[in-house]
Amino acid sequence: MTGYTRPETLDDALALLAQTGGRVAAGCTDLFPTTGARALQGPVVDITGLAGLRGVSVTDQGLRIGAATTWTDILRADLPPACDMLKQAGREVGSSQIQNAGTIAGNLCNASPAADGVPCLLALEAEVELASAQGTRRLALQDFIIGPRRTALAPGEMVTSIHVPSAALEGWSRFLKLGARRYLVISIAMVAVRLVVDKGRVSDAALAVGACSAVATRLAEVEAAMIGCVADHTLADAISGNAVCAALSPLDDIRATADYRGHAATELLRRAVADVVRAEAPS
Amino acid sequence: MNRPMDTCTLTVNGQRHVLPADPARRLSEVLREGLGQRGTKVGCDAGDCGACTVLLDGAPVCACLTPLGQAAGRKIETIEGQAHTPLQQAFLRHGAAQCGICTPGMVMTAEAFLRETPEPTRAEAEEALGGVLCRCTGYTKIIDAVLDAVPCGVAEMPEVGQAVGAAVARLDGAAKVDGTEAYGADHVPDGALLVRAVRAPYAPVSFAFGNLQDWADARGVWVFTALDIGGTNRFGVIPAFRDQPALAEDRARLAGEAVALVAGEPSVVEALDLSDFPITWREDPADRPVHNAHPDNLLIAGKVRRGAARQTIQDAAVTVSGAMQTGYVEHAYIEPEAGVAWMDGETLVIRACTQAPIMDRDDTAAVLGVPPEAVRIIPAATGGGFGSKLDVSLQPLVGLVALKTGQPARMVYSRAESMASTTKRHPSDMRCTLGADADGRIVAMEFDGDFNTGAYASWGPTVAGRVPVHASGPYFIPNYHADARAHYSYQPISGAFRGFGVPQAAIMQETLFDDLAAKLGMDRLEFRKLNALRDGQATACGQTLNGVGIEACLEALEGPWADALKRAEAANATGGTVRHGVGIASCWYGCGNTAIANPSTIRIGLTRDGRLCLHQGAVDIGQGSNTVIPQIAADALGLPLAQFEIIGADTALTPDCGKTSGSRQTYVTGSAALRAAQALRALILKQTNMGPEAVLTLEGASLRVSDGAREQVIDLAALSEQAHGYVLCAEESYDPPTRPLDENGQGAPYAVYGYGAQLVELSVDMGLGTVKVHRITAAHDLGRVINPQLAEGQVEGGIAQGLGLALMEEFIPGRTENLHDYLIPTTGDMPEIETIFLEVPDPEGPMGAKGLGEHVLIPTAPAILNAIRDATGALVTRLPALPHRVLAAIREAGHG
Repeated sequence: MTGYTRPETLDDALALLAQTGGRVAAGCTDLFPTTGARALQGPVVDITGLAGLRGVSVTDQGLRIGAATTWTDILRADLPPACDMLKQAGREVGSSQIQNAGTIAGNLCNASPAADGVPCLLALEAEVELASAQGTRRLALQDFIIGPRRTALAPGEMVTSIHVPSAALEGWSRFLKLGARRYLVISIAMVAVRLVVDKGRVSDAALAVGACSAVATRLAEVEAAMIGCVADHTLADAISGNAVCAALSPLDDIRATADYRGHAATELLRRAVADVVRAEAPS
Repeated sequence: MNRPMDTCTLTVNGQRHVLPADPARRLSEVLREGLGQRGTKVGCDAGDCGACTVLLDGAPVCACLTPLGQAAGRKIETIEGQAHTPLQQAFLRHGAAQCGICTPGMVMTAEAFLRETPEPTRAEAEEALGGVLCRCTGYTKIIDAVLDAVPCGVAEMPEVGQAVGAAVARLDGAAKVDGTEAYGADHVPDGALLVRAVRAPYAPVSFAFGNLQDWADARGVWVFTALDIGGTNRFGVIPAFRDQPALAEDRARLAGEAVALVAGEPSVVEALDLSDFPITWREDPADRPVHNAHPDNLLIAGKVRRGAARQTIQDAAVTVSGAMQTGYVEHAYIEPEAGVAWMDGETLVIRACTQAPIMDRDDTAAVLGVPPEAVRIIPAATGGGFGSKLDVSLQPLVGLVALKTGQPARMVYSRAESMASTTKRHPSDMRCTLGADADGRIVAMEFDGDFNTGAYASWGPTVAGRVPVHASGPYFIPNYHADARAHYSYQPISGAFRGFGVPQAAIMQETLFDDLAAKLGMDRLEFRKLNALRDGQATACGQTLNGVGIEACLEALEGPWADALKRAEAANATGGTVRHGVGIASCWYGCGNTAIANPSTIRIGLTRDGRLCLHQGAVDIGQGSNTVIPQIAADALGLPLAQFEIIGADTALTPDCGKTSGSRQTYVTGSAALRAAQALRALILKQTNMGPEAVLTLEGASLRVSDGAREQVIDLAALSEQAHGYVLCAEESYDPPTRPLDENGQGAPYAVYGYGAQLVELSVDMGLGTVKVHRITAAHDLGRVINPQLAEGQVEGGIAQGLGLALMEEFIPGRTENLHDYLIPTTGDMPEIETIFLEVPDPEGPMGAKGLGEHVLIPTAPAILNAIRDATGALVTRLPALPHRVLAAIREAGHG
């Protein structure tokens, strides 16, 4: 046998991971494309049969998203406007076929620089809960994805859920993706923006950019410049192209030049901010 | 190495199956190879194309990404469970299936969507189908079908004499929409060996084998190399330029070139790790000539000279010059190459996807060292070709294994193998200068183009020949000087791709026409009309043409042009970051091969029991010859289309209809069908002594002939069988009357040309450089429209490929050998398309008809570039016009 297992309890899954050193499989939308083989190779622990690992729930601490929650599940969940960007990103993940299978934790664990979910979850201050036979731990998302295609997962460890703290569920949000075609496309650039407005001024701003740097990035300096600004049509002007480029060190590849990415990220951020301002203060 | 397997229970279309299975296996594999249900197609094994879409508990998923372990115990629905549904009927009725390889995935995705959204909008349908790629249709008719998925009765077939011009649903369509059509990977004889190729990791590279026998024995497989090839290990589509080995001998010239074959029991071969194959690679110097016979890497140069171009340009009132570059473009048919070979007595039978069965037969026989009569090619249903399946790929490879082992041998290319090892559109580097007089009449043109033909000749000579002939566009240019060269490189092979270099040349010429019109201060459409080639004028090759339809096409666009300009002006008046633009470009294209014989032969026969058989050997790769040729034959013979039995391409059953290439089948094979049907009719009329107006009626074995006054009945059962088992039979050939080109490219390279012009309306996001094409109005002169629905499908599909060429498609060797890095248009990228057909009869074409298949792609990309410039003031001179290139051009033009 190839060593594929599909346990029914988390304990069994963790024990299998510890024993086999196998890879975790869920939607398999990233695992299968990496092999030309007819079957998944090597030891694999399929976590889609685990109870309690799928679905979105609201707790007193915020939002919990089970690791095996699919993008379609997220699109169908009742979520606050702060999560609109996550749904907007979900609709851009591959195709409906991919959204029906691909999971949110898989999107994080694959750690592609162009993962659609990552900028949104960064802007939602998401934490990743990890479990192993030794116990559980939580990491901030930016500490979980440590490089392109690299995560902080230790051997025998798997993601069990993603948490969004209550404070980050405040405000309005927008996700914008730029690609060279309409559907089923790897991003050239994408941005996630969440703004909290109090008495007409920005009280909290979370801006993240994906597909432009080795890992998706929050833009702390740009966010800081927005705090206290009037939340109207001028707000987008608070985003400095230089500050965006400085934070990103943009990639240069077949999809676009670095120069273009810096420019496009800035432009998309400004548009997303303008959209959020319009949505929050409908005229 | 048969491993013990668990069993697994799978419920497919309500039917329970218990089968031994590895739960880690792709569901697509289990359905196809485990259950033998091959209606589910595999295009990429990566979730990039959606061809394998099945429903899991009602939700569409890619079966190639679903491990069997996740599907067990759930409700699986596949195309086999869709029994002539209203949706499938709509696909057939609307012409939504061309090659049909994406159809099962489309139908399943749309089925799930319509259950949730019974009355969708067009935009909703486009989003729902955004994950299934189609390379043939341009999606328009697919979305039309999804929006019209209502039951309908049996489609009516045209009456006698009414077949030509009728929008007959494709005669071979039912199998495509119900998923029973058998493509290259779908026919698996019992006991078939699986064959895999060992391929060069990079190039140029020399290699030496280790102990192959030990390696093979240890694994219980066969290994074959070039040393096993019994014939001449060189193939090529043009006999004089055969330079490609079926298996490389000691050096490989492109990454992905096959150097050895491994064959054996499928489960064993599939599981092999080829990284320990005993071979050592040694990097070769890149400056060594690709072929010793071509020390400067120049394969061939083509030219056309007429008048004194240089001098006339120097003296011209207005001149413009420009340059343009295009990259490799991949055909990206959804069916990777696949096929199987077996021995039938002494005959080697090969059933594989192809566009050119006779060429496959001859190339394969020559390589394997057997006479052509000992090879029979049965073309499989072909899931898209667009030029690349003209060249042999796996035919000599599976042929070699079947010949050597005596066992059936099967090969299915992976997407990466297909993209690395088969042909591409030629990258081009072009320069052009035009001169006009003060009234706007073009007086001279100089064109110079370099084309990267890759590691082997393939169709490089054809590109070098076609480009200088066509680079003028359908315009009268009295002084003309055009050169094109094809250069070898250690890169993927450039071959035939819808237009043989003419689309590239048109991008150069048509964008420069806009420059010239601007400099003259003329309306761009008016300028083209003024210079359009007219009946009785000579082409750049000195060929005087009649039935020239370009002026009619341009005139048909005058109203839409004025409307489009107004719409763009109104849209731009509101300001904002989005700018609207309008562009136009023309095309012409010679149908058939360039100044060489390329005959087709059609046979029609009546049997004793009254079967009316049409031997139709033109391979239908989705373009429609299985329908169009019978339509022509039916009206020429004077019997209803519905009574024809079509005997499809098979080198043992059908006379040679040449290759599906050069937009030649409707014209050349159609002409043969016309003549064969006329000959059979003449035979019948002669036997009954009836006049030419007599009406034929076939009822059982009675063939009734009447002219209103008299009636004669031929009792077919009473006649004796003649050749091929027919009691009445006619076989006729047609070869285009051409005249070879002389040393200055003067002659009559084609007997028939087709014409067209397209008008593009688009908008450009000035902040991001993104382009959205909104509407394309396409006017094409077909001489005579044989089947308007199929012709529209060609236009829409050609536009999709032209749009891809313009905006997103760029094959980068070693980097884009998949369908997520290599982008082709999706449902959401296609504009609204309005097709206008003109019928300017060609004096030579059958019933006046001209070719269409390649023409439709040619104007799209230059019209898009012209519209981008109209919107932004910036011309993109390197394709594709990706957002970063558009934005850079806008900035460079000072408009950013």
